[in-house]
Amino acid sequence: MLDRVGRVDLYEYQAKELFAAHGVPVLPGRVVTSGAQARAAAAELGGAVVVKAQVKTGGRGKAGGVRLAQTPEEAQRTADAILGMDIKGHTVHRVLITPACDIAAEYYLSFLLDRTHRTFLAMASVAGGMDIEEVAASTPEALAKIPVDPRRSVDAATAAEIVRGARFPAEVAEAAAEVAVKLWEVFVAEDATLVEVNPLVLDTHGAIIALDGKVTLDENAAFRHPGHAELADPAGQDPLEARAKARHLNYVKLDGQVGIIGNGAGLVMSTLDVVAYAGRAHGGMRPANFLDIGGGANAQVMADGLDIILGDPDVHSVFVNVFGGITACDQVATGIVQALTILGDTAAKPLVVRLDGNNVAEGRRILAEAAHPLVTMADTMDAAADKAAELAALICAKGA
Amino acid sequence: MAIYLTKDSRIIVQGMTGAEGRKHTQRMLHAGSQIVGGVTPGKGGQTAGFEGTSLPVFGTVAEAITATGADVSVVFVPPRFAKAAVIEAIDAGIGLIVVITEGIPVHDAAAFCAHAGATGLAASPVRTRIIGPNCPGVITPGASNAGIIPADITGPGRIGLVSKSGTLTYQMMYELRGIGFSTCVGIGGDPVIGTTHIDALRAFEDDPDTAAIVMIGEIGGDAEERAAEYIKAHITKPVVAYIAGFTAPEGKTMGHAGAIVSGSSGTAAAKKDALEAVGVQVGTTPSDTAELMRRVMKSLS
Repeated sequence: MLDRVGRVDLYEYQAKELFAAHGVPVLPGRVVTSGAQARAAAAELGGAVVVKAQVKTGGRGKAGGVRLAQTPEEAQRTADAILGMDIKGHTVHRVLITPACDIAAEYYLSFLLDRTHRTFLAMASVAGGMDIEEVAASTPEALAKIPVDPRRSVDAATAAEIVRGARFPAEVAEAAAEVAVKLWEVFVAEDATLVEVNPLVLDTHGAIIALDGKVTLDENAAFRHPGHAELADPAGQDPLEARAKARHLNYVKLDGQVGIIGNGAGLVMSTLDVVAYAGRAHGGMRPANFLDIGGGANAQVMADGLDIILGDPDVHSVFVNVFGGITACDQVATGIVQALTILGDTAAKPLVVRLDGNNVAEGRRILAEAAHPLVTMADTMDAAADKAAELAALICAKGA
Repeated sequence: MAIYLTKDSRIIVQGMTGAEGRKHTQRMLHAGSQIVGGVTPGKGGQTAGFEGTSLPVFGTVAEAITATGADVSVVFVPPRFAKAAVIEAIDAGIGLIVVITEGIPVHDAAAFCAHAGATGLAASPVRTRIIGPNCPGVITPGASNAGIIPADITGPGRIGLVSKSGTLTYQMMYELRGIGFSTCVGIGGDPVIGTTHIDALRAFEDDPDTAAIVMIGEIGGDAEERAAEYIKAHITKPVVAYIAGFTAPEGKTMGHAGAIVSGSSGTAAAKKDALEAVGVQVGTTPSDTAELMRRVMKSLS
């Protein structure tokens, strides 16, 4: 979650919509949010259907989130049972209704970014339908990995190489290679960092179908994909995270008591660690959030950040940790003072502020002059973390 | 000596006439860097005024190299034009490209890294060193600064620093300002980067002016684990490390495929263990890490 890579994971139905748009064969489907809708969708599709929970996690089948329904009535009952289920911490809000498929064989096919080699990778296997991590661990020879040069495209010849590498049987090789070419098109045209089909099935009529799909999109490429914005999932977001996002703040809610504001993702991650470390001596206090106000933060950004953090009922104390590189410490100090003035009596939590770097003397002077009763200044990151944890523990003790 | 950047480096700035490019060109000049010109397509022949000097603007990198003998380019070009700008600089034959731009699509970064030969594919020779993208750049204190690292945090010394994080780089430079640095390299935290921890470790090992190395890593990927293997096999100089992200919650990873490729969980604990297993001291906080390095430097003197 705190990986710097901005990414958007798609639901199965969204992934399959992208697949269909690029010619990867998928079954028709309807996304519904109630049993009644599920019944109507099943009646429309005709015959037996599969009701599939739409959650962004693996192991849906094992958790009972993917079930066969022979009739529209059964589809309704099944959808009612699956909707609202909790699968590994993900609540099911939607189900996909799709025709049942008579499977003759299951395969695996994906393209992904290979960070290690700074290139792309095709992976394919005849051991489809299983947990691919398990396949990789137990029978690595069953998983073909073929590097793809980012400057080249996957043409028919490369696709044939991938399919041959995975030892797909001769009768499906041609069709599977065609799917590989089209899946690569999805990968490139949509700026994905992962496109995965598991399983890619051969049905009893001899057709090749992408029965399930995963797609991860690169948020950095959003500027050339205006349509991607609506694929993001605001419903799954914490309300504080949603508020922060609206103000373009990089915020993640955590489960501790010490609110954190800092500049730069690395420094903020480090601040979380230092607080958790210091908290061991203060009743196990832990960081309440991640908030990076960025490299060129000004007074307004600091005020917005403080507003979010102080609005979190779980926060007992706040640690503002800024090393001014491009950011000037006087701007940060001004932002803190302004925010506290605007928030007035609603700002009732102690702040520990550590400033260093660009224009630090002026920043410290501004805070000293304001002499706000809630603000404590600290000279070092470690000392500030200790103080913030101590203050949070005191408030916890009073509340208890 | 130092690595990658010396007082003789002749630097051009791609995107010098934009707001960020202009601001940081001024700062680099102030730090003593030899900035010899800028490149902005369509603005060739103009000049740009800075405090105490003015610099020529060229329409292409090739023209800039011919006119100035530039061997380093610092890129501030916006994300949507960054790929073309970097590929142009590679084709013009420049030796080092420092890509500051944040938010470049990973497909674009993969394409220009491949074009520069900076991939793990065996067939491709390295043509151009790329640092970044989304990085603070490289500084050889007292000699030259290519990027946005504040030049006044510390002075020259014998510690080499390589880091994924900008502000943690500044923090560590500040903590060890009493000793000083040969070169500090911010490699950036994007999934595809041109220069890795291993590249920088190799360069520091070969640099006679570097006595010891600080390596700063963070969660995600397996670069630190692979750096640990590299250190065991090839690095004779003392290395002290810091890893950020022990408290970070497990990511909402969906694609199982990613974890297979890295062959690692990517957690801070796994990285720390891998480094300690090869004898690298790993600090619990930036200050603690700096203290470990101070002891190393004392033992070397």
